[in-house]
Amino acid sequence: MKARALLGVLFALLLIAPAAIGAYPLAVLILILHYAYLGIAWNVMMGFAGILSLGHALYVGLGAYVAAALYASFGLPALLGAVPAAVVATLAGLGIGALGFRFRVNGVYFALLTIAFAEFTRILFDHMGWTGGSSGFFLPVEHGHTNLIALRGPPILFYYVALGMTAAAFVASHALMRTRLGYAWLAIREDADSAAASGVDVFRARMAAVAVSSALTSLGGVFYAFYYNNMYPEQIFSMARSIEIILAPIIGGLGTLFGPVLGSFVLTLLGEGTTSLLEHFGLAAPGAKQVIYGLALLVIVMVRPAGLWPWLARRLGVGRDG
Amino acid sequence: MADVLLAARGLSKSFRGLKAVNDVSFVVNKGEVLALIGPNGAGKTTCFNLLAGAMPPDHGAVILEGRDITGFRADQACRAGIGRTFQVVKPFAGLSVLDNVAVGALNAAKHVGEAKERARAVLDLLDLGHKVDEPASSLTLPDRKRLEVARALATGPKLLLLDEVMAGLRPTECDRLVEILAGLNRRDGLTILLIEHVMRAVMKLAQRIVVLHHGEKIAEGAPEAVVRDPAVLDCYLGEAEL
Ligand SMILES: Nc1ncnc2c1ncn2[C@@H]1O[C@H](COP(=O)(O)OP(=O)(O)OP(=O)(O)O)[C@@H](O)[C@H]1O
Ligand SMILES: [Mg+2]
Repeated sequence: MKARALLGVLFALLLIAPAAIGAYPLAVLILILHYAYLGIAWNVMMGFAGILSLGHALYVGLGAYVAAALYASFGLPALLGAVPAAVVATLAGLGIGALGFRFRVNGVYFALLTIAFAEFTRILFDHMGWTGGSSGFFLPVEHGHTNLIALRGPPILFYYVALGMTAAAFVASHALMRTRLGYAWLAIREDADSAAASGVDVFRARMAAVAVSSALTSLGGVFYAFYYNNMYPEQIFSMARSIEIILAPIIGGLGTLFGPVLGSFVLTLLGEGTTSLLEHFGLAAPGAKQVIYGLALLVIVMVRPAGLWPWLARRLGVGRDG
Repeated sequence: MADVLLAARGLSKSFRGLKAVNDVSFVVNKGEVLALIGPNGAGKTTCFNLLAGAMPPDHGAVILEGRDITGFRADQACRAGIGRTFQVVKPFAGLSVLDNVAVGALNAAKHVGEAKERARAVLDLLDLGHKVDEPASSLTLPDRKRLEVARALATGPKLLLLDEVMAGLRPTECDRLVEILAGLNRRDGLTILLIEHVMRAVMKLAQRIVVLHHGEKIAEGAPEAVVRDPAVLDCYLGEAEL
């Protein structure tokens, strides 16, 4: 119950935050929420079902490109384009999953498979003419009007969309963990043989985890496309993005509901803080953020391998996964 | 003639030329406790793996209540009514004791709430009721063995396969588990097939014994007869504790 109160306070603060802060902090908060959301999505696979994906940029990119292309070509509003975007990403995820799980490609080898598919797709989009190839794809920027359905409008619109998505993903994964499927995932994560001997269809449960995770992730991609209005294969499908997605849940606490959110706050604030500090002193250092992320990961893995949240939850005396 | 619950027909399994199980046939009758004994490496666990779908047999068939379940996956075998424990225990280490058993109970329960209730009841039965909230990783080996039984039992099996669940238990703990299993068998009519080296447990529980040696069945029958069988004494019981 204490965890619920904490969440309520945090959510209320985030709801009223835009009234109190300027444009830059708002942009940072949007980034935090975006990575918290993607972290929650990735956590469904790794944290709950124990399937390591290092290629989640694939789903971000597919979601972004599909929704953006449908909007640019047919004027399909983002919220409608999100459906085919999620379908395409889910199919890609299921394809990779089927290949991996049928042929018993597990653990690190499965992770390599996910990297391979993300990289293939990046190269494919680099050479695909009608989405602009390597010179990128752009959405027309329209000033002055706000349209939630089309995801067109000022940053504050995107802020509330990001907040809504993160809250919804949080609540959804909380609910999922209390279902038969959620239990199946945890059992498989802990011991697949024992799960199977308990009547869990391991293949199907794993495929379900991939489906949920890739669909959620692709919606993050749709958000990305309409928020930034531009996408380049080498960025959106990049290995670096896949890594960035997984940092928040690892630092916050794998397999916990609150971990990705906490991790994203800590990481993004660290990264943004360092960058603006360096800029303040006139030290433009490309890659500084990555170095900070790397250091943060190193410290966490050594000092709190289970992540920040389990430790913080104990100190606050709230439920470990609340 | 008693009702046959499970029939193993000519089961064989080789690992790189080694015949771990070689043309083994036996039946388990409804409501009985059958023990599968034999020296180390005799093929007992492999037999379980074939019955419970952990691996498919090279030859032979597994018939459960007249239905051919040969080649079923482990989860299909479980749903068909075969619950099994693992000789090397495989708890869901990161989950609580209750959730461990709830995973098994979900096989028989309609929803998570019901599964948790079932799990609680099974844990009470196995004297683990006071440890429901502890993580499975914190349990001692005897408790892990009991947890393994609880998880398998919670799946609501028609046939419970127990692979050396007495190993590592102190004599009093062993007697207690025998008492619990005997109760399940007599009161609820649960059919049990158990692999066991602890002969005092076998003699108290089993109504019949099948003996494996080098992957082959070398004897079968009532406990008193089997333990006097010269072939069995020769290969196995000569060395085992009686
Ligand atoms: N998965 C496997 N791969 C290769 N060889 C195996 C495998 N499983 C069992 N074996 C071999 O098959 C033979 C029978 O093993 P099994 O585990 O069935 O014996 P067991 O009767 O259960 O012995 P124990 O009493 O020691 O548990 C052994 O020689 C073992 O090394
Ligand atoms: Mg064995």
